Amino acid sequence: MNTTAPASLTESVTPIAAGAHVLAAAFPAHQAMLALADGTVLLVEKNHRLQPHGAKGILVAASDAHGLITGGDDGCVMRVSADGVIDAVATNQSGWIDAIAAGAGGSLAWSTGKKVSVRDGKGQVKNWTAPSTPQGLAFMPKGYRLAISHYNGASLWFPNLNSAPEVLAWKGSHLAITASPDGRFVVTSMQDNMLHGWRLPDAKDMRMSGYPSKTKSFSWSNDGLWLATSGADAAIIWPFKDKDGPMGKAPRECGVRHSKVSQVAFHPKAMILAIGYEDSCILLCRLTDGAELLVRHAVKDEGRISALAWDNTGKRLLFGTEEGAAGLLTLP
Amino acid sequence: MSDKIPVTVLTGYLGAGKTTLLNRILTEPHGMKFAVIVNEFGEVGIDNDLVVGADEEVFEMNNGCICCTVRGDLIRIIEGLMKRKGTFDAIIVETTGLADPAPVAQTFFVDEEVSALARLDAVVTVVDAKWLSDRLKDAPEAKNQIAFADVIILNKTDLVSESELATVEAQIRAINAYATLHRTTRSAVPLEAVLGRNAFDLDRILEIEPEFLEDIHHHHSDDIQSVAITVPNDLDPDTFMPWITEFTQKEGATILRCKGILSFKDEPKRFVFQGVHMLLDGDLQSDWKPGEKRQSKMVFIGRGLNRAAIEKAVEACRAA
Repeated sequence: MNTTAPASLTESVTPIAAGAHVLAAAFPAHQAMLALADGTVLLVEKNHRLQPHGAKGILVAASDAHGLITGGDDGCVMRVSADGVIDAVATNQSGWIDAIAAGAGGSLAWSTGKKVSVRDGKGQVKNWTAPSTPQGLAFMPKGYRLAISHYNGASLWFPNLNSAPEVLAWKGSHLAITASPDGRFVVTSMQDNMLHGWRLPDAKDMRMSGYPSKTKSFSWSNDGLWLATSGADAAIIWPFKDKDGPMGKAPRECGVRHSKVSQVAFHPKAMILAIGYEDSCILLCRLTDGAELLVRHAVKDEGRISALAWDNTGKRLLFGTEEGAAGLLTLP
Repeated sequence: MSDKIPVTVLTGYLGAGKTTLLNRILTEPHGMKFAVIVNEFGEVGIDNDLVVGADEEVFEMNNGCICCTVRGDLIRIIEGLMKRKGTFDAIIVETTGLADPAPVAQTFFVDEEVSALARLDAVVTVVDAKWLSDRLKDAPEAKNQIAFADVIILNKTDLVSESELATVEAQIRAINAYATLHRTTRSAVPLEAVLGRNAFDLDRILEIEPEFLEDIHHHHSDDIQSVAITVPNDLDPDTFMPWITEFTQKEGATILRCKGILSFKDEPKRFVFQGVHMLLDGDLQSDWKPGEKRQSKMVFIGRGLNRAAIEKAVEACRAA
């Protein structure tokens, strides 16, 4: 831990009164957007509030180049474009929308109960029933293929093939899921406070343990060789450069503090990691030399950082907390 | 502690009157807003704004504890509900008639985020006075549900005679000696009998008064039963604590619940513990009052428990 306080960027942060649990932050078409659990999508620069689910709440949200995609407790999946146009993607699903993901070319995936649905850019929908309720969805970087985490493993599904999904088996409850940008690895977080990974295509297992709590946030570095994770008192960053990935290697740690990391977001152009903590503090950490910059002081009762995202130029960082605080950092 | 959302778990065999009790709780003029998590979705209408369907997914943990299972669906739903804090005051979980209450209860001990946001208030089990005796013979779930209960609603008492009722009560007491029991028709109980019980709160385990302990004859099979032990002397924490830890670790699969209030030698405060299977929770609580009789009482509810062995082990923990 550094003995001197990190240099500060706090003067460059514009506060945003979000007012409800912030689920997701993104910059589609360069517009700062937040999804809130009370059902609001907030267009930050215009201070324009939209309610794509009427009076109902949003449970999960994802983003692509055009807008935010929200899944609600009304069983609806909605798309809100960066200019505020609302479109229904799916309505009258049987229950809560539990997980959501956005892929290339306008493709979307969502799940409700055991049913997983994907919709390609042309609007064609395919469905698959998972062996247990999926907890996480992620599009693979290549091809039209979806990774789905569930109890006792993960499944890799080609929606346009009539074959059964490939099963990556590992005992236990798998939560969030992510694929490496080169498509060589799939990693899940687990109920048992560890990560599990598979090397593709031989499905060789890797275990990454030692976390004091569940990992909820993943972020890949811009070169795709490092995976930053939340869940410990520092950001834990695993190397994926070699063909065996992080096997037999120690992870790097940065931003050690007396609070757990709740969100991580790699800068899109440099080896700089934005780290959000459970006490609502945010740091930037440069991996090359460990230098730290303070973005936000911990503020009592403002809740853990629950959303954190860079714009694609790397000049702006948008964040929000579980208690409805939010802000926009513009780098000087 | 107090700002955690209380969770009441409603169990009971099919047709015992669970949904009637649930609708009764929801429609009383209490001014409370409930989030209700149900499984038999749509079977009987639930009269509430916020009803969430669950899928009863029981997950094993990879922590080496074989009986340590959690309800994955509950973790997901409670985390989802907590994103909209302030829209409800309490959660009620209705389980299916065939459900084992243990994974539900363990979820509140094992999952860090759930336990930070919500607390298990009580397991309330509704039983059918007319059919319980039959169910105890053919349905192991019915026994589990009684064994796990903090509150038992003995329902449909109008369908049986007073002597039949006494027999059913004795059967319940043989399984679970310390639950609070209410006789009802049409699940009619005052709300305070089922809500705000704090049954898993160590601060509220003020006394243990097992009933019917001497009268019941014990079945020495794999039946579920209560073993209650009272020691009139002080116990030695240096021998008792290692014993109870090892006992619940080794026998955790067969011990469903346990509770105790202990008098440790030279300790002015009572030591209170409670457990679910292998998960054990204990702490020093309020002082023994002047003139109060210091003694140690504990109840173990489990399958095929060896009463003599437990008594002997506890006896060996007496302070010199």
